[in-house]
Amino acid sequence: MVISRKPLHVIAAIAIAILPLFSFANVSNDTVKKEAHEVHVAADANHGETAEPQDKKAKVDAYIQHHLQDSHDFTFFSDEKEGKHYGFSLPVILIDNGLKVFSSSKFHHGETVAEVDGNFYKLYHGKIYKTDAAGTINYDEHHHPTNAKPLDFSITKNVFSMLFTSALLLFMFVGLAKSYKKGPIPTGFGRVLEPLILFIRDEIAIPNIGEKKYRKFMGYLLTVFFLIWLLNLLGMTPLGINVTGNIAVTICLALFTYFITQFSANKDYWMHIFWMPGVPVPMKIILMPIEILGTLTKPFALLIRLFANITAGHVVIMSLIAMIFVGKNLAADLPISLGLTLFISIIEVLVAFLQAFIFTMLSSLFIGMAVQDHHHDDHH
Amino acid sequence: MEKLINDFSFGLFFWQAIILLILIVLMVKFAWKPIMNSIVAREEGISNALLAAENAKKEMQNLKSDNEKLLAEARAERDLMIKEAREIKEKMIADAKSEAQAQGEKMIEAAKASIESEKNAAMAELKNQVSSLSLEIAETLLKEELSNKEAQTKLVEKMLGDAKLN
Repeated sequence: MVISRKPLHVIAAIAIAILPLFSFANVSNDTVKKEAHEVHVAADANHGETAEPQDKKAKVDAYIQHHLQDSHDFTFFSDEKEGKHYGFSLPVILIDNGLKVFSSSKFHHGETVAEVDGNFYKLYHGKIYKTDAAGTINYDEHHHPTNAKPLDFSITKNVFSMLFTSALLLFMFVGLAKSYKKGPIPTGFGRVLEPLILFIRDEIAIPNIGEKKYRKFMGYLLTVFFLIWLLNLLGMTPLGINVTGNIAVTICLALFTYFITQFSANKDYWMHIFWMPGVPVPMKIILMPIEILGTLTKPFALLIRLFANITAGHVVIMSLIAMIFVGKNLAADLPISLGLTLFISIIEVLVAFLQAFIFTMLSSLFIGMAVQDHHHDDHH
Repeated sequence: MEKLINDFSFGLFFWQAIILLILIVLMVKFAWKPIMNSIVAREEGISNALLAAENAKKEMQNLKSDNEKLLAEARAERDLMIKEAREIKEKMIADAKSEAQAQGEKMIEAAKASIESEKNAAMAELKNQVSSLSLEIAETLLKEELSNKEAQTKLVEKMLGDAKLN
């Protein structure tokens, strides 16, 4: 493998760098569970007295859940008492017996039923369901709605964020490309961007894919690295964007890596999957499905890693901020909450970079494994 | 897992795929290609410049060593010339000395020879004088003998005494 050729301390550094991520992911899961548990405990304890703290906790829980999901409008903050939402609506595009395009303001944040061309749609937990004029939602025994779901191609908050990020990326790097026309050394913000490009090339692409073949994949690696990093960082802002923490987005990214790996793979790679050289024939037959599965687990690890890390970070930060509202003693909770939030935020900024780095790194590693010339005697 | 599948939104996936595809194409065309090309060109330029500088340095070093070699050669030649000149000088002095000595010896020899010949000549003269004197004495004696025998004897004795003194 290529990674074994790297200096040992680089591997050690990466291993140590990855280590806290897993532990944080666990912590966050624990937090979520604990919170859920606490909600139950509170519900039991405060059964007769006051329902308010439990209410608040449930609300916070719902708010976090809502934040983690995609949404059909862009809400910066909302005033619960007056029922006002501050933000802007995004277009809804449905395929339900033809194309239906309307503004998400028709849903009034899920409060009303939208009527389009005689069809009624209702927004329920971030999803659009077909319903009747009264907005009835039928549930099955698991409390899942059984209403028909039209194909939803809406420009949601995440799609909008991605479009915005893409525009930002194009603006930044086309600017950098243009600055080379003036002279060999970029000026201004390009001085920050260029070392990052060189970093991707010299530390990720060349060591993993190889000096000869790396240039073909640089476009994908650079685009994915900067897109993930920027989206991660945007998720850190109070805009409330959670793009890379969405499973559909990470699946798409991982699938791109998967297809690029498979389509650029050479004969050796397929040979190692379907007819492993150097082992007896029965072993070859046993190894074949394992190797085929292996090609799928690699991108699966990619998508889960990115999704879990970013989701975990968002849950932890939101939970810590929620401490202020849930806690009874504001004077005691505020400094703890703010201190911890600041601490986790700093780590999350690091994680934002690290996850983009790891995604790019592993993508290039998989591509490198598929395109490199195997030496049959030095591994297996 | 069920929640994850439930959360999966096909619309978002669809848009993400489209956006990513278009973004990659646009970025490659308008950003990465020109950026990478300029970076590579610049790096090549830098490495070429470094190589040229290295070559120039080597050339300078060669020139310097050449100069030093020339200088050393010139110095050695100069030393050789000085040495040769010194040798020539010493040889000339030695030659002159020996020649002078030989000349001197020759002159001394000649002087000695001439002295000898002079001496011989003088001796011969003296001998002649002595013989003529003897003859004169003998003549006178003979003359005196003839006149005075006593006186003759006395004279001879006196003469002989004189001769002995001589």
